[in-house]
Amino acid sequence: MAHARIRLFTPAEIVGFIILAVIVFAVLPLVMDSFRLNLFGKYLTYGFVAIGLVLCWGAGGILSLGQGVFFGLGGYCMAMFLKLEASTPEATSIQTTPGIPDFMDWNQVTALPWWWEPFNNFAFTLFAILAVPMAFAFIIGFAMFTRRVGGVYFAIITQAIAAILTILIIGQQGYTGGVNGITDLRTLLGWDIRPDEAKTTLYFINGVLLFGCLLIAHLIRRSKLGRLLIAIRDQEDRVRFSGYDVANFKIFVFCVGAGMAAVGGAMFTLQVGFMSPTLIGIVPSIEMVIFCAVGGRLSILGAVYGAVLVNWAKTAFSETFPELWLFAMGALFIGVVLAFPYGLAGLYDDHVKPRLLWLAQLWPRRRGSPDTNALAGPTEQVGGGYALASKGGSRDAST
Amino acid sequence: MFDGFTMGELGAIFAMQGFAGLILFSVFVLMALGLAIIFGQMGVINMAHGEFLILGAYVTYLCAQFFEAFLPNLYGIYFFVAMALAFCVAGAFGMLVEWGLIRHLYRRPLDTLLATWGLSLILQQTYRSVFGAREVGVTIPEWMLGSLQLTDLIEVPINGIFVMTLTTVIAGLVAFMMFRSGWGRRVRAVVQDRTMAGAVGINTEMTDRMTFGIGCGIAGVAGSAFTMIGSTGPTAGQLYIVDTFLVVVFGGAGSLFGTIASAFTISQAQSVLEFFLSGSMAKVLTLLTVVGILMLRPQGLFTLKIRK
Repeated sequence: MAHARIRLFTPAEIVGFIILAVIVFAVLPLVMDSFRLNLFGKYLTYGFVAIGLVLCWGAGGILSLGQGVFFGLGGYCMAMFLKLEASTPEATSIQTTPGIPDFMDWNQVTALPWWWEPFNNFAFTLFAILAVPMAFAFIIGFAMFTRRVGGVYFAIITQAIAAILTILIIGQQGYTGGVNGITDLRTLLGWDIRPDEAKTTLYFINGVLLFGCLLIAHLIRRSKLGRLLIAIRDQEDRVRFSGYDVANFKIFVFCVGAGMAAVGGAMFTLQVGFMSPTLIGIVPSIEMVIFCAVGGRLSILGAVYGAVLVNWAKTAFSETFPELWLFAMGALFIGVVLAFPYGLAGLYDDHVKPRLLWLAQLWPRRRGSPDTNALAGPTEQVGGGYALASKGGSRDAST
Repeated sequence: MFDGFTMGELGAIFAMQGFAGLILFSVFVLMALGLAIIFGQMGVINMAHGEFLILGAYVTYLCAQFFEAFLPNLYGIYFFVAMALAFCVAGAFGMLVEWGLIRHLYRRPLDTLLATWGLSLILQQTYRSVFGAREVGVTIPEWMLGSLQLTDLIEVPINGIFVMTLTTVIAGLVAFMMFRSGWGRRVRAVVQDRTMAGAVGINTEMTDRMTFGIGCGIAGVAGSAFTMIGSTGPTAGQLYIVDTFLVVVFGGAGSLFGTIASAFTISQAQSVLEFFLSGSMAKVLTLLTVVGILMLRPQGLFTLKIRK
């Protein structure tokens, strides 16, 4: 591997990206009506979190059970801006104190708290959506990774942080909207986000941002940094003895994961029209891990499929058999761990890829073309090359 | 904060909040003991621990129903039967789970965490389907009702005293089993060095299964005690799981004494703060402090030196 020139994209990966792009930008908008498309837009926002988790957990071996925190922080930053825009003195003239968000008025808060003030500014809000969660992730990561806390301890502590944030938001009703969250959001810079056309536009913006994140994640994994992360996951001490500062890499990837989750949260707020603590607590946070696990913890494209499929199944089940959903979810958790730890991408690698390979071998013989390389491409699809690179350590160590 | 209270009243407040804290402490200890055995000794994260607790609570509930219907004369002692039954049912189910699920995942702690979370979801829905979504409660036997008047201002409920006594007895029993019984010796040997323990003839697989079963059994007893101070719902277990894990980690995994000490600190802090702040802020402050301390001292309060 060391002497071979590493290509940025293998042909198979390009095919994988294109297939996903066609699904997101062409198939779904053409097939779905506006309501369903908005739902899928919502599912895709969880794709951001899942991509971040592939980087942290699949590549870095850091299992965060608190990704909901970053999703929520990003979402709340966006929601605060939208809420302030919706709470003009004219629109809230019936309140005791006009010009502040309605839930503050209900809770006898008479002035806008100082930390709400900057969210009047859109540029600051955009900055905060990324900066607040990433700074928070940096603090957590710095405190934990420099002291070499990892594995289950890290998971438990991030879960506790998710619990703390939820309790805090629910408890401080006057400043955060409490358990209802921040609702009744109307316009973004004067542009009404509620009609169908606006939701379709937001869906496409969401899709573009998602591909931005996919690209960043892909580049990280293709870089030397990405290979170091895998090395850290498999043999942390050896990497440390080779002279690398392991903590810095872990902090970096944790912050990147947090940033991606935050973008997803902000897009969630825009598309769904509210943000509430029920979306960011312990249970949603651990569900985010299952999105990633179902898609395949090593595959960024798989993570997006996983997030969409699990959420779609959740909606479908909850509509028809609400009782069965928790059983199905529980079985999914157990199954994905016991039966197929590499998720959909793993199933693809094990079952679909050999068939494609076989087809690819047939094809040139019939055509008589010597160019087998390009056609054998699908062998490395959906993170295949990635799994191969890490096969020696990871599969043995974790199966 | 202290305005408008006389010294005597303040003392009484502290004493009563302290006692409320002791009840919380008992619940924490009962839950955390089982978890400390499973997590501390085996390194397995059991996210379904809360559901084992609820299993014990439902067994107690069924037992109470049975006594009410068929043996009303003996209702005063139903609780002791229920407790033994809860231990056996939860323990047996725990061993089954160990055999079917956990033993395949010993080398993958993070995956165990996810799998047991799945198990907890399934159990929750099972409880909801069988017992209904509403919380159920048992009728407390007469001798446990009422409260003890210590001074003019201080009174303590009897069921609280009972739960605390129970906790002390169970903690004592666990300590005895860990440090004086053959099983305890085997468990400690396996924790210290699994390979060597196997080499000298200890059946490590069976030890693991027993350990997991006993840990779950203690959770069942905790659930039994839980019915004395609150009602039982399908999702009640999940409310406590994060707190309990923090208790175990804060105390230092592997140290039973540390678990008890940290349960005491956390419950007392939370309970006393609760009187002066709102309940949610008290919890936030306590948990934040714990997480903060864990970030500075990740190994917890008390540590056990073991060979990895």
